Amino acid sequence: MWDYLKLAVLGVVVVVAAIAASMARDLPYLVHMLVIMLAAAITFVWQIRRAGEPAPVTNPNEYMDGPIRFGVVATAFWGVIGFLVGVVIAFQLAWPELNFQWAQGYLNFGRLRPLHTSAVIFAFGGNALIATAFYVVQRTSASRLWGGGLAWFVFWGYQIFIVMAATGYVLGSTQGNEYAEPEWLTDLWLTIVWVAFLAVYMGTVINRREPHIYVANWFYIAFIVTVAMLHLVNNAAIPVSAFGSKSVPVWSGVQSAMIQWWYGHNAVGFFLTAGFLGMMYYFIPKQAERPVYSYKLSIMHFWALIFLYIWAGPHHLHYTALPDWAQTLGMTFSIMLWMPSWGGMINGLMTLSGAWDKLRTDPIIRMMVVAVGFYGMATFEGPMMSIKAVNSLSHYTDWTIGHVHSAALGWNGMITFGALYYLVPKLWQREGLYSLRLVSWHFWLATIGIVLYAASMWVTGIMEGLMWREVDAQGFLVNSFADTVAAKFPMYVVRGLGGTMFLLGAIIMCYNLWKTVTSTAEKQPARAAAVPAE
Amino acid sequence: MADNSENKVTPASRQYPDPAKKLKHDVATTGHSWDGIEEYDNPMPRWWVWIFIITIIWSVGYWVAYPAWPGIKSSTAGLLGYSSRANVVQEINEFEARNEQFFVQLVDTDLEAISDNDELHRFAINAGASVFRAQCSQCHGSGGAGVQAAGYPNLLNDDWLWGGTMDDILTTVTWGIRNEDFADARWSEMPAFGRDGLLDDAEIDQVVHHVLSLSGSDHDAQLAAAGTELYEINCASCHGDGGEGDHFLGAPALNNQVWLYGGSFDAIRETIYYSRFGVMPGFENRLREAEIRAVAAYVHQLGGGQ
Repeated sequence: MWDYLKLAVLGVVVVVAAIAASMARDLPYLVHMLVIMLAAAITFVWQIRRAGEPAPVTNPNEYMDGPIRFGVVATAFWGVIGFLVGVVIAFQLAWPELNFQWAQGYLNFGRLRPLHTSAVIFAFGGNALIATAFYVVQRTSASRLWGGGLAWFVFWGYQIFIVMAATGYVLGSTQGNEYAEPEWLTDLWLTIVWVAFLAVYMGTVINRREPHIYVANWFYIAFIVTVAMLHLVNNAAIPVSAFGSKSVPVWSGVQSAMIQWWYGHNAVGFFLTAGFLGMMYYFIPKQAERPVYSYKLSIMHFWALIFLYIWAGPHHLHYTALPDWAQTLGMTFSIMLWMPSWGGMINGLMTLSGAWDKLRTDPIIRMMVVAVGFYGMATFEGPMMSIKAVNSLSHYTDWTIGHVHSAALGWNGMITFGALYYLVPKLWQREGLYSLRLVSWHFWLATIGIVLYAASMWVTGIMEGLMWREVDAQGFLVNSFADTVAAKFPMYVVRGLGGTMFLLGAIIMCYNLWKTVTSTAEKQPARAAAVPAE
Repeated sequence: MADNSENKVTPASRQYPDPAKKLKHDVATTGHSWDGIEEYDNPMPRWWVWIFIITIIWSVGYWVAYPAWPGIKSSTAGLLGYSSRANVVQEINEFEARNEQFFVQLVDTDLEAISDNDELHRFAINAGASVFRAQCSQCHGSGGAGVQAAGYPNLLNDDWLWGGTMDDILTTVTWGIRNEDFADARWSEMPAFGRDGLLDDAEIDQVVHHVLSLSGSDHDAQLAAAGTELYEINCASCHGDGGEGDHFLGAPALNNQVWLYGGSFDAIRETIYYSRFGVMPGFENRLREAEIRAVAAYVHQLGGGQ
């Protein structure tokens, strides 16, 4: 009965999507409807081929690792795509000739830039968060994922969202809000997927067999709930037509700017910080085989972080039409955020006390430590840049780009790489990784790449900030804008090289993980004596 | 048969790490374990707590001093009476007050006489350079060299389209070229001889070779000779018999090696076939009079002023 209902719904979706595609008013909408139609049709065929088969037996005493395995592959895949697009646009800035005439309107900087940011944040980071969230919540709750096949829906639904967002960017469908570019149709789809994600997660936590909820799960829950709220409010819009991709935003003027940066900053705060802290709180103690440093600190810094982060958005709008009072609040809450952010760093680093020797022998721990180090650096730099006097120099310059990348490549990238290296042998039941040497290569390539990237952007950011504000004794501008662009050229090349190294490291990781799955021996059954008593 | 122990739910009878692995000086844990992860009951680091408290105190102080908490219609003003808008206005006014005498002088002084007053001339060039960087450099380049072959005139030489005296430059900057915004904009338009069928392809080739010959460029003497009459009928009324050009009509000189859209056979042929239509905005409503005069003085002294 349930199967027939599913088939009926899928069939209706295929037909409705086909009709909507035929009535499409613009190309992005047409493409999106075709994507939906194709996805529903494939699911329909898959469903019908297994109709009548007995339902697969799911053992409630086994963790559900299928979607996590897929998530690990998707994370590595989108990571490489996202880094590659980043390298391309870095070189487009250094050599504008790379905005090829034949690719204008599709692959020029303006189209590729949101593709890069969304690919790394939402495709790479998002898949990493979903996969690790599913892994961590099961292990720390001693409970199988709730919702039967719903976790599969979350995984595949999220990939469809990524494809819709990416095709939208290349075809020019955008609502122009940074990090929230996808239009209403894509937004609605993500909402459905995200609610399913929340349901699976909370269902598993509620079903837990442990008396308490582990700290990593607090952070994951904060991440899922807050991102849902941010997404709904910032994307409030009225579609121009049911058959077109364009919509009119509900917010306008300075209110729109304020809501956009409330969203944008908390995308950083809850997607890239809280979510990844959840990752950190599981994988670092596991890899180090040491207890978490301080439970008290984890409570304090969790609640302080959650409460303070949500206020800090206005620091993106210093010296704009935003009223002074909002700027003041944004700045002071960012300053107060410094220590709550560092709480996570302290807990991560101090967890290694007693296991520092592993830094010499275990390149995965080294990666995680560098990730926490970059996290600490970026969460000091952020509050500093939110101070109005500093911001008047740094705003709109490449310093911001350097700040973001030291955090995104250093913190989010490295902690994700560490988690992937931890997960793959576990998920595919291997004795260990194919090659620790290659992990070391990845580590050094990525670390040196980040340093080149961040250092070049700091230098060029401060330089252009100083050049922009330079006036002579009579108050006249000294430099033209083009002069500042020309002066940045060498640093743009260095940045591109740093990004290339980071990309190379990720490709080496993909090879290493692939060989781990295909070329290393399966884990042998442990001897009876070593099996822990149940 | 693979060992799937990674995949097995570890039940509520939780597994604790091997006690032998614990360090001797370990502090107490909270007594919980999740998938083998325990938590120490360490206190929060003192320095962490204190810096956190200090940032909170500092923030409260900042709220007292600056505009901070909103009410229904306005916000707390702060004891310092700070306003970022008022600060900008004040800063601008300071520079204005300092420069006012020069701005007044710039408007009052006869254009040609600006260079007689050393101090005023230096100010005009400084102010003009600043205006040029913000308003003109996008097309004419930061240094004023233009973009040859793309239609952005070089301002460093003495080959002028509409004249290089102070008055000529001032008129060009004020009203612009071929724009609909101002009736006084300079306006001239060359016919598109090929597209509009005024000349056939063979005739255009002949004219191109004639034009090439005027500047002493490589050309086919026979075709150039054949183009002489066509040139005199169709082109000479604006560009002059010898290609000397006409500042009054904005007709470029053709007897030198300065080319706005390129001096190759193909480029000249395209110009004659389709004509060109370079535009420039007028700055009458964007800049004040003193600034326009300053930028005219700046451009005039770049190298080609007449």
